[in-house]
Amino acid sequence: MSRHRSRSRVIVALCAASALVGLTACGGSEDSTRLTWYINPDGGGSNPEGKGQAQIAAQCTEQAGGAYSIEVQLLPNSASDQRQQLLRRLAGGDASVDLMSLDPPFIPEFSQAGFLAPVPEDMVETFTEDRVESSVTASTWNDELVTVPFWANTQLLWYRKSIAEAAGLDVEGGNVTWEQLVEAAESQGVTIGVQANRYEGYTVWINALIAGAGGEILVNPGPDLDDIELGLDSDAGRTAANIIRSVADAGVGGPSMGTSDETVALNLFQDPDTSGFLVNWPYVWAAFPANGVEFIDDIGWAVYPATSDEGDPAPPYGGISIGVGAFTEDPDLAYQAAECITNHEHQVLYMTGTGNPASRAAVFDEPEVVEQFPMADVIRESLEQAVPRPQTQFYGDLSTAIQREWSPPSGVTEDTPAQSATLIMQVLRGEALL
Amino acid sequence: MSTVTDTPPTRRRDQHRPKLSDRARAERALGWKLAGPAFVIMLAVTAYPILQAVWLSFFRYRLTDPDSREFIFLSNYSVIFTDPLFYQALWNTVFITVVTVAVELVLGFAIAMLMHRIVLPRRTLRTIVLIPYSIITVVSAFAWLYSFRTDTGYVNGWLNTLTFGAWDASFDWFGSWLPAMGVIMISEIWKTTPFMSLLLLAGLAQIDGAMEEAAKVDGATFWQRLFKVVLPNMKAAIMVAVLFRTLDAFRIFDNVFVMTRGANNTETLSTLAYKQTIDRVEIGMGSALSVVLFLLVFAIALIFIRGFKVDLAGSK
Repeated sequence: MSRHRSRSRVIVALCAASALVGLTACGGSEDSTRLTWYINPDGGGSNPEGKGQAQIAAQCTEQAGGAYSIEVQLLPNSASDQRQQLLRRLAGGDASVDLMSLDPPFIPEFSQAGFLAPVPEDMVETFTEDRVESSVTASTWNDELVTVPFWANTQLLWYRKSIAEAAGLDVEGGNVTWEQLVEAAESQGVTIGVQANRYEGYTVWINALIAGAGGEILVNPGPDLDDIELGLDSDAGRTAANIIRSVADAGVGGPSMGTSDETVALNLFQDPDTSGFLVNWPYVWAAFPANGVEFIDDIGWAVYPATSDEGDPAPPYGGISIGVGAFTEDPDLAYQAAECITNHEHQVLYMTGTGNPASRAAVFDEPEVVEQFPMADVIRESLEQAVPRPQTQFYGDLSTAIQREWSPPSGVTEDTPAQSATLIMQVLRGEALL
Repeated sequence: MSTVTDTPPTRRRDQHRPKLSDRARAERALGWKLAGPAFVIMLAVTAYPILQAVWLSFFRYRLTDPDSREFIFLSNYSVIFTDPLFYQALWNTVFITVVTVAVELVLGFAIAMLMHRIVLPRRTLRTIVLIPYSIITVVSAFAWLYSFRTDTGYVNGWLNTLTFGAWDASFDWFGSWLPAMGVIMISEIWKTTPFMSLLLLAGLAQIDGAMEEAAKVDGATFWQRLFKVVLPNMKAAIMVAVLFRTLDAFRIFDNVFVMTRGANNTETLSTLAYKQTIDRVEIGMGSALSVVLFLLVFAIALIFIRGFKVDLAGSK
């Protein structure tokens, strides 16, 4: 009897809970001034006082004075998973995607599929003023601005000053090449933290190496499959392959180079026994003290290594642009919110709060930014030189195919670039699996 | 074992049925009324998606480019069956299935025997054995991933200590095919052996103790009793356990997805299908692969049930 009663109590509770959930869900869709912003996880998480996107959402809600309110939804950790979730929602015509934090390489795909509401013409100037060049390039598709540049990321070369000195390497003074780095690391018995796991970060490295050698993965960015021309099978491609192979052969990529991502590379650099060089995003600067690194004074930074003696380095470009979902009820309202999110004040807050660099150049002159980021100038310089990854609506396939052919790094040969080009074309034509 | 049931042997050949009595007809109608809604729901949630997947597999259809959807009939299948990646994934899947099911069967049987014999603390023991099975696969996959990784893992440290330094403490388990497959299979075995042992325990419990005692009195050794009395009498339970685990193992996804994402040639059929459907949003190709996977699983089930005469109903 008592068992029966307790079971019915459970059922009542379940019903009440589901009714509650149902009601809140209904409540959400009725309020047309409520905007949902799908954010990628940052240092602030979903904490409205965490100095991340959630805090910006809370501040914009307050500043809007009732015109709109922004609620945040956390996306998964990895860029690929973020893309997947947004893509599936938008393919299903989800009207709840009002604003989204988009990784630049996926912008063409979303735009081409009609998943982004067009940027109002009178706002284009607002959204491009004071922005670093690479952030505008990355937010543009088919010669039109399709998203709003928010923050802009770039990789720097982080190094131990003592090690560089011992190896006789003048990192600060001029462009260091990958070849010099490998030699220095090998002679000092230290490592170079790189990203060569079979994931997006590996494409970032490969793209930077090819661009640094004056080449391009994709020669003609554009929407049509038939027009696609790849630049992988080239001297630049082979130079990139040789560099990756040399890092692997010298054993300076660490014991698990083939599975290393940003975190593994950072751990390698934080370990006093192996610490030498690291290519990574500026977030590591905030991570060093947080992870109890004791040799912070010995850490230096410089612009990304050059692929060869001749060309300029082509640092990787990353960051986030704000996209407005095509199915949102009120795109104008969403773009108003995007304007608030990406204004100067909020980019300063975001950079100082999470360590993610701003897309607005003037932010780097703010005293609080300069104080917190001694390398602010180098970041800005790097952002001006940065080369975004290939812009194509087929980016996902292109990137995955490259990762597949170039993995593991110890198996990369001079033929790898050509093989990856062949695979990409087969995959795009539907003649091969990926 | 209760494979000998009370069903009349002529059931299937009985084509000329006599007219049903009123009562039988009423019972049948009641049966439909009771089971009908569930049957309709089953059709809606299983048959419909399966048929739709078959239909979609005849198209070149990219979710982000719906306008260029094109009927290409069996082209997707011909790509699949000519692509070396498919055969690699198939081989990996078969390899994982055979190894894990074999190891689990032996281990699971040993644990089942132990649980069967031990009187005290019976309940505690059974609960403890079940713990791995109650853990979500993704969670256990991450646990194993972190324990084998070079930066956060302890396994390398232990092996290094146990071998007095002979083992390379920075060995990258996920850097090449065999070690990566090894960790994937260890995680799989750790997680699902309890399921196997529970099914086998049910089989053991059904054996008439008198038979074993009789054999013992006749002077049979432990191994003789095991192979001549115990195993033959629980053949149906073993086959059901092996069938369930084979079907399960063949669809392996979580461990591979979490640990390698298919890197170093560790792709399996499920991760391959996932990649086409979810990653690349190539709905047509993904559906075709899913259909192939479905047919393979269906074939395995058919071989077991027809070939080995597994009686699913009798071994409950």
